[in-house]
Amino acid sequence: MFRFIVRRLLQLIPTLFGLSLLLFIWVRRLPGGPEDAILGERATPEMRAAIRRSMGLDEPILVQYGRFVQRLLRLDLGTSTSTKRPVVEEFLERFPGTIELTITALVIAIGVGIPLGYLAARRRGQLLDHLSVGGSLVGICVPIFFLAYVLKAIFSENLGWFPSSGRQDPTIEATRITNFFVLDGLMTREWDAAMDALWHLVLPGLALASIPLAIIVRITRASVLEVLNEDFVRTAEAKGLTERTVRGRHVLRNSLLPVVTSIGLLTGGLLSGAVLTETVFAFTGIGAFIYEAIGQRDYPVLLGFIMIISVVYVLVNLLVDLSYSLIDPRVRVR
Amino acid sequence: MALLEVDDLSVTFARRGQRTVRAVDGVSFSVDAGEVVGLVGESGCGKSVTSMAIMGLLPRHPGTRIGGKAVFDGTDLLGLDDRARRDIRGRDVAMIFQDPLSSLNPVIPIGLQVTEVLARHRGMKGDAARKEAAGLLDRVGIPDPNRRLKEYPHQLSGGMRQRALIAMAVACRPRLLIADEPTTALDVTIQAQILELLKELVHDSGTALVMITHDLGVVAGMCDSINVLYAGRVVETARRRPLFREPRHPYTAGLLGSVPRLDSGRGEPLNPIPGSVRDVLSWSEGCAFAPRCSRRVDACLDETPPVVRTHDARSYRCVDPVPLPGAVPAQAGPADQPGASSPEPNEEKTRD
Repeated sequence: MFRFIVRRLLQLIPTLFGLSLLLFIWVRRLPGGPEDAILGERATPEMRAAIRRSMGLDEPILVQYGRFVQRLLRLDLGTSTSTKRPVVEEFLERFPGTIELTITALVIAIGVGIPLGYLAARRRGQLLDHLSVGGSLVGICVPIFFLAYVLKAIFSENLGWFPSSGRQDPTIEATRITNFFVLDGLMTREWDAAMDALWHLVLPGLALASIPLAIIVRITRASVLEVLNEDFVRTAEAKGLTERTVRGRHVLRNSLLPVVTSIGLLTGGLLSGAVLTETVFAFTGIGAFIYEAIGQRDYPVLLGFIMIISVVYVLVNLLVDLSYSLIDPRVRVR
Repeated sequence: MALLEVDDLSVTFARRGQRTVRAVDGVSFSVDAGEVVGLVGESGCGKSVTSMAIMGLLPRHPGTRIGGKAVFDGTDLLGLDDRARRDIRGRDVAMIFQDPLSSLNPVIPIGLQVTEVLARHRGMKGDAARKEAAGLLDRVGIPDPNRRLKEYPHQLSGGMRQRALIAMAVACRPRLLIADEPTTALDVTIQAQILELLKELVHDSGTALVMITHDLGVVAGMCDSINVLYAGRVVETARRRPLFREPRHPYTAGLLGSVPRLDSGRGEPLNPIPGSVRDVLSWSEGCAFAPRCSRRVDACLDETPPVVRTHDARSYRCVDPVPLPGAVPAQAGPADQPGASSPEPNEEKTRD
């Protein structure tokens, strides 16, 4: 098990090098450059060249890449060309919000999706089944930003149950340690700050969860239906076990295998979906920052963002593989 | 009184847009305590559905209809509610299935799959259950049982998996064990070992065994009495010896004749029964076997052939049975056993 984890983490290194080289070249092929964003349309070619030289952009691309890798080894992602602050610092400030949001969405999608999919399969052909299958179709079709506006209009503006924007009520004086607001609140025992941060997560979390929730419902339902027909379920019934034991021990666990795989794949999509959701709810995560960075041709920020997303993706899938091997002894890792 | 008395059991499957299938069409047989009874027939003759109906394991579906009775020790198993049925299953009546790999849960260790029966019916937990489970595995011939308890089905060989399934089935010392083709998925040497084990277990514990098989060799080696099924009905019932020596129903005779013999000459043709199970009539139209039967007479297609009972506890459902050796060959029909053959009254009625 331990060796498996180490091996997978070591595999991450060549992956990241290959990926970063590709991206490095590709990002620089984008039309325009940071000098356009800084100087505007009326700049003379001489001014552009001067800026480029000062940023080191006039050197051969491999030299630039070499410098990038050198910095990367010191965990330095460079300085943002638009905010002039170290990229790492910007990220530490903004990424926690996005991660909090993604985790909230995952918890909602898994916590609601698996039970709902299971119940739909058990009550196949009944009202609940039709509702959840139909509802999941809607969940997949409706765009996140639209759903986000609808949720905001109903639950925030009309009913006033949840805050409509931001990560924390500005009147609350909260101590910041990790920039994970809920975690900070728990660590400093500022319970009201933690509750408030959690409350701010509900609506954006719901909006972001809609697509993965719908997919998890459908996969769980299909998988449970399949397992119910397996011979070993018949064996369990023949043993006279209670229905509860048959379902819980024999059906559910076997049906989770495809669901776990899909969760790994969905997490990658969640991180990018978060960008849209954050915009609607004025949620200060990484989303809006990245959006601006694209407009500004802020190379260091873009590269850093994609590198971090890749690392997260690999780690999540490592986690999925590990949990897979916990559920299914046939794929025990060595 | 018989331990299990199956009376006029019928199972039909109706699916929307499809022809209603009558998988079991009035099966009757009985099993005495400690007896080994065979249910023999080709694929599709209804033997597995019969066992599933008795166990209450047929998938619940509005189109599935089960009729008749299966009285076990005074209670009709078909009339029980779900809870009462779960109490009996695995404790008094247990079952062994065909394919040991798919019949075991792949993600749960063998140990738990054995102890869960002990916990459910004998209230055993923790170390006591583990010890008992190890004892069970040992009893069914699995070496190093304590190690095997922690292993998963994919780590066991085919024969070992079937032994583990048997251990689960006999864990509560059931009075009736139903084995549905327990050796079909195994290779021949393992088959013999598993049959030997089953024989030993039922002999030692006095458990009655219903052996469902298409393999006459299995029947010959184990069963006290045998029921031959065709198209969802029992066509012949007899003790083992008379059945093999003097089959009366042409289908039984055909089954026995189609077994290749080692002492037959090289190049001699095999003797299959012509046609297939699909060439059947409905029993209400006459004898379902008539289209494939070499002894067919006009009377076969007139009505459902009545059950003929003879003095030596055998019965068959045929208007023109295979004559006994030494009988006058010209005589046809049930009259060749004078005084012993009277059609069972309730078999006279035609079914829809």
